[in-house]
Amino acid sequence: MQKRAVVTVVGKDQVGIIARVTNVLAKYQMNVQDISQTILQDFFTMIMLVDLAEQDKIDDLLHAFESVEKELGLTISIQLEDVFQAMHRV
Amino acid sequence: MPIAFTEIQETIRMVQMESLDIRTVTMGISLLDCADGDFEKVKENVYQKITTYAAKLKPVAEQVEKEYGIPIINKRISITPIAEILGNATVDQAVELAQVLDEAANTTGVDFIGGFSALVHKGITKGDQTLLNALPKALSITNRVCGSVSIGTTRTGINMDAVRQLGQIIKDTAELTKDNNSIGCAKFVAFCNPVEDNPFMAGAFHGAGEGEAVLSVGVSGPGVVLNALKRYPEADLGEVADVIKKTAFKITRAGELLGRVVAERLDVPFGIMDLSLAPTNAMNDSVAEILEEIGLESVGTHGTIAALALMNDAVKKGGAMASSYVGGLSGAFIPVSEDNGMIRGIEDGSLTLDKLEAMTCVCSVGLDMIALSGEASPETLAAIIADEAAIGMINKKTTAVRVIPVIGKEEGDIVEFGGLLGRAPIIGVKPFSSEKMIKRGGRIPAPLQALIN
Repeated sequence: MQKRAVVTVVGKDQVGIIARVTNVLAKYQMNVQDISQTILQDFFTMIMLVDLAEQDKIDDLLHAFESVEKELGLTISIQLEDVFQAMHRV
Repeated sequence: MPIAFTEIQETIRMVQMESLDIRTVTMGISLLDCADGDFEKVKENVYQKITTYAAKLKPVAEQVEKEYGIPIINKRISITPIAEILGNATVDQAVELAQVLDEAANTTGVDFIGGFSALVHKGITKGDQTLLNALPKALSITNRVCGSVSIGTTRTGINMDAVRQLGQIIKDTAELTKDNNSIGCAKFVAFCNPVEDNPFMAGAFHGAGEGEAVLSVGVSGPGVVLNALKRYPEADLGEVADVIKKTAFKITRAGELLGRVVAERLDVPFGIMDLSLAPTNAMNDSVAEILEEIGLESVGTHGTIAALALMNDAVKKGGAMASSYVGGLSGAFIPVSEDNGMIRGIEDGSLTLDKLEAMTCVCSVGLDMIALSGEASPETLAAIIADEAAIGMINKKTTAVRVIPVIGKEEGDIVEFGGLLGRAPIIGVKPFSSEKMIKRGGRIPAPLQALIN
């Protein structure tokens, strides 16, 4: 079954955030379906909806994001989309 | 309809800033088929069954929390009340069985295993009595084994002979663990009207009406409710109830989703969702602070019961719509040592034992994690249990008592239990005796409320 996940990135705005994050996603063959970003009081917030081709890759992905988080001072989280559907839709 | 940016942000805020978590996934396992004439065989059967059924509980739960980005704080096991499989065992053998349970909990990596229990609300069988006699030692030499005893129900009345014994059992357990702030008592609950599918400790057990194995979930989220209320400082009480209801709905939906995923991956049926606001010592993760946000200067003051009743009811209404199978205790917990607001209330003098007792009339569950003066006599402890049981019996609700008479400590002292169990100021008990009443023994007859057929 096709699973989708929500990737959120929060941190101080700087050059190259989207490039670095999408680079990791591309490496794991994850297609970005939707992307939106905003800057709130210097804080960069980006939310992406991605196709999770292989769900068991989520561990590797989290691991790969760790170095990006450290390098750019970001907080990146990835959550399966179902949880948002459950919480916000009846 | 696609999920909006703001909705995604809301969920993330709940998890990252407001302590939204799944408090526990608890696997219930029936041990009825482990009974055997040879007690060595019983021990082996019990160990094998628990470690086989729950082998993957912890890794699966951890994987699910990673995938969904919502922490599952505790992984636990509840089992058939042990008294039911003791048969002809001796007290020493029952204690050995408790050690086997402790080992099984260690092997599976769960933090607690609940069900070193007996149901004696009407009478005490041989196995029940063995378990009661084994309780103080079992609780003091194990780390992860929790026990509970049912001493009353609305349909049967209150078994005061059992209540009297429990007073002594609690006191003995406190003595045996006095070097460690009498911590053994924190793993024991006395119940009136217990439920068979409660996922929360220390009172979880796998009731007789349950199947072979089942997975139940307890959510939490006082911090989320508190923060939601902070956004509506001027709302009237009807709107306050509405805000709590909506928040409870979202929390519950997340809990049910994760619970179902864990159950499916473990290939056991999903049991129930327990809608309880359970506080922790984390900043702002407090039920007391919700009551204060509603408009009390300090929890325990006049108006506390009304605010708690409103909150408890709103949580249930929101949760009941969010989950298909609601069960367990489902109501707000008010464990004193695990709730920074409650601790402050006692230290400030606004919250007292009497008020806590009154609060249990309108919420689940009862006097919970309350540290009492080590001077409290067994009869006084029994009388405290009797009072709570009477509240439960008459109001057709679950009530419980988990008090810790801390040996060597007096009113005003503070004890540290550590970890999830938190810390608590010692509360004094009344200096007047209840001994004569407790010594009378016998059974308080079932109330008129029982005659509903």
